[in-house]
Amino acid sequence: MNAVPPTLNAAQVSRRAVVRGLGITGGLILSAPLVGCGQKTSDGLKGQTAETSAGDAKLDPSVYLQIDEEGTVHVFIHRVEMGQGSRTGLPMIIADELDADWDRVNFIQGNGDPKYGDQNTDGSTSIRKFYEPFRIAGATARAMLEEAAAQEWGVARSEVKLADHKVTNLVSGEAKDMGAFVAAAAKLPVPAPEILSFKTADERKYVGVGRKIIDMDGIITGTANFGQDVMLDGMLFAVAARPPVVGGTVKSYDKDAAMAVSGVVDVVELPANAEKPYLFKPLGGVAVLATNTWAAMKGRDALNIAFENGNSAAYDTTAFEQQLWDSVSAGGRVALKRGAGADGLEQSAKVFEADYFVPHLVHAPMEPPAATAAFAEDGTLDIYTHGQDPQTVQQTVAPYVGLEPKPDQIRVHSQLLGGAFGRKSKPDFAAEAAILAKVAGKPVKMVWTREDDVRHSYYHTIAAQRVRVGVDDMGMVNAWHHRAAYPSIGETFDAAATGPSDFELSLGLTDMPWQCEHLQVEACDAPSHVRIGWLRSVANIQQFFAVGSMVDEIAKAQNEDTYEYWMQLIGDDRVINPADDIAEGGVYPNYGESADRFPIETARLKAVLSQVKDMSQYGRTMPKGKGMGIAVHRSFVSYVACAVEVSVTDSGMPKVDKAWIAIDCGLAVNPDRVKAQMEGAVIFGISIAMHGKVTAEDGRIVESNYDRYPVARIDETPVTEVHIMDVDAPPGGVGEPGVPPVVAAIAQAVSQATGQRVRRLPIADMI
Amino acid sequence: MTDITINGAEVSLSGDDDMPLLWYLRDIKGMTGTKYGCGAGLCGACTVHVNGSAVRSCQTRIADMQDGDAVKTIEALADGDTLHALQQAWSDHDVPQCGYCQAGQLMQAASLLADNPNPSDEEIENAMWGNICRCGTYQRIKAAIRAVSNA
Ligand code: FES
Ligand code: FES
Repeated sequence: MNAVPPTLNAAQVSRRAVVRGLGITGGLILSAPLVGCGQKTSDGLKGQTAETSAGDAKLDPSVYLQIDEEGTVHVFIHRVEMGQGSRTGLPMIIADELDADWDRVNFIQGNGDPKYGDQNTDGSTSIRKFYEPFRIAGATARAMLEEAAAQEWGVARSEVKLADHKVTNLVSGEAKDMGAFVAAAAKLPVPAPEILSFKTADERKYVGVGRKIIDMDGIITGTANFGQDVMLDGMLFAVAARPPVVGGTVKSYDKDAAMAVSGVVDVVELPANAEKPYLFKPLGGVAVLATNTWAAMKGRDALNIAFENGNSAAYDTTAFEQQLWDSVSAGGRVALKRGAGADGLEQSAKVFEADYFVPHLVHAPMEPPAATAAFAEDGTLDIYTHGQDPQTVQQTVAPYVGLEPKPDQIRVHSQLLGGAFGRKSKPDFAAEAAILAKVAGKPVKMVWTREDDVRHSYYHTIAAQRVRVGVDDMGMVNAWHHRAAYPSIGETFDAAATGPSDFELSLGLTDMPWQCEHLQVEACDAPSHVRIGWLRSVANIQQFFAVGSMVDEIAKAQNEDTYEYWMQLIGDDRVINPADDIAEGGVYPNYGESADRFPIETARLKAVLSQVKDMSQYGRTMPKGKGMGIAVHRSFVSYVACAVEVSVTDSGMPKVDKAWIAIDCGLAVNPDRVKAQMEGAVIFGISIAMHGKVTAEDGRIVESNYDRYPVARIDETPVTEVHIMDVDAPPGGVGEPGVPPVVAAIAQAVSQATGQRVRRLPIADMI
Repeated sequence: MTDITINGAEVSLSGDDDMPLLWYLRDIKGMTGTKYGCGAGLCGACTVHVNGSAVRSCQTRIADMQDGDAVKTIEALADGDTLHALQQAWSDHDVPQCGYCQAGQLMQAASLLADNPNPSDEEIENAMWGNICRCGTYQRIKAAIRAVSNA
């Protein structure tokens, strides 16, 4: 997720469909209006006139669909692939509306050119924000090709039909490949959007049905190119020794010793990053350039480097936890207040209180960060990397190499991402590569080791929360008071932005869907001592862990069934808008979407919850040593419920045996990838709940590789069943919303199985 | 100088004796199908076959190689255009998410089935335990291996 809540301004959105030549002879190029704006639906386009434009990039950021006279459909994919499936899902949308043969679709990866619009692959937005523009692109092209054919055959438009890549004259029965009409179609005016027709659900061939991921063959044969795999002629390989404490600077190092290692070519000091905000700037340190990665690593070992440790040298996560609890006790900024807020507890018959703690986490994607930079003879730069956003790569790199962050000066070639989970949206590594390539006068691949990745990340925050919940005579919640203290992602960008922001609080706290009279959410201050960043599901991780655990705690304390208790807490079918109760001057960003297009609907929450109850038979009596958990949460505008069953193993460590998930993500474009994301969310959730913990001592991160930062392995894999709800709603996020309810459900189930309430993660620490 | 074969091609190993086979393959030979994940024998991303057995190439130094050793990497798991049964099963079960771990997973699974064509679920878990998939594709990995072993 972006740290700064995106602001929506529908009025500024250019609503034009544009056809123009772009110098490609005989091709039909259609640039679909494409802006990250939730309000834009095909309905919303009514009354707008299509017009031809020279394409002012600022007003008309666009993605391009190009069809050539051979009938090849070129789809420009402006989002990167990290396992979530967008690189396949986005072209499916265009190909379906165009009724193109999937085998004749050519996929072209976008390269940071602003003409493609926002390319940040983050916040589970790719399909959510671009479904409409992509289907409009497909439908527009189909309409134009049909119109061209109708004119050529001298029949009415209604008497021709484009299907299966062919246009058929319904009168004569004649059929021609769509490529035959490309030249004529390119000369036609663009149809007004209101006359476009879209496929009905029954007519769709790809969307909602599914296609195999386009990179399958490359992945299984080892030919797919990831960020770490880039090879350029004459390139050098670099590894760096970075300050172990963020903000630290280099004191001394032995350049000669490193240069003496066979294969080492140069030793280069990187610019320090000693002051907050740390942004996406490289951390500084010393890089060793060599003819291969191994030699660079050996050279780095030989550096015998020493650092000045800077301002965060005292950071110790154990001591810091106490500081967080002090902050929680002191209270904080009231971000949301409904009814009497915390004072509502005075009207409660009984008050429950619980403290929850979640440590720092790190993404640790299988592929550590890497970037390869090469300067062209004219001084412009090519960067081959797996950044989640090529435009952020340009902006991060530009100031270090004296270039402008423009596509004609910095060309970003997006490689596949070997997992990312948020880490690769912060391209400090790309700036390092560019700096080194400039010094070396040769292409340089900057390779991060696993230890570098774990020790120099943008960590998931460290969070303490105190929850006080009051119930009435009937045992139902009448007041919920929630305090959260944790360093903010915002501080990575603004040194003054300490403590939870409204954006962060909106991920599981200010959006609590309870039908209770009194509600108060407080942001308790906390400074950061490491770079804080977003990690898959972001603040939902700690916040929904607390919320989902507390629901179970209150239910169990009153001998209520947790499923029934969820249902009652959520209450009547209605639409919730947290903005109504947000404190003055605050915001409820709703994942960057409008409340109209993506409202919070309690009926959808209850529907997935009830589905998962049916699948799991939640409420069964559990034998000793086993437990079940159930939780439901809306995040990234999708609704996910999860139930799990765990048992305590001989070692005393609980294991998740089974998991059931129901997801309502609106339209599921590529259902198998939605299913895969849910299966993955279960494993990611197990890693967080059972094992995830990053600690710091003397300002240094203690963990370094998968031995000390364990993640779930195959023997921890539960049998997972996923159900995708059949819902008529626009597509929501998929990559992130699975994780929060998984973590909360596991915590509940382990509490039942062990008889010990889980209030701190990871669970491994409790055993 | 040690003479080995890599995917059937004869190679004389030279250079730094300490260099792990992983970096020899990736940086010296430019064969990037074999992946770097941890460099410490903890993740399995770098798995290749040496004389038919799965080994972690990040933990196998050039000095550890013997004359005549046959190295096989993911690039040669298929027989020309004919996919290995496991590769086909991986595709049929839509196993990969990001895909980065999958070369190692496939090489590990191939050596398992070569030794034990009908592994039990427990044997599958034991053999595959050292291969991390951070995307969490384990359920499908198991299903794909079972599909081939039952075939
Ligand atoms: S890279 Fe060899 S086991 Fe991880
Ligand atoms: S598919 Fe991404 S790490 Fe396994």
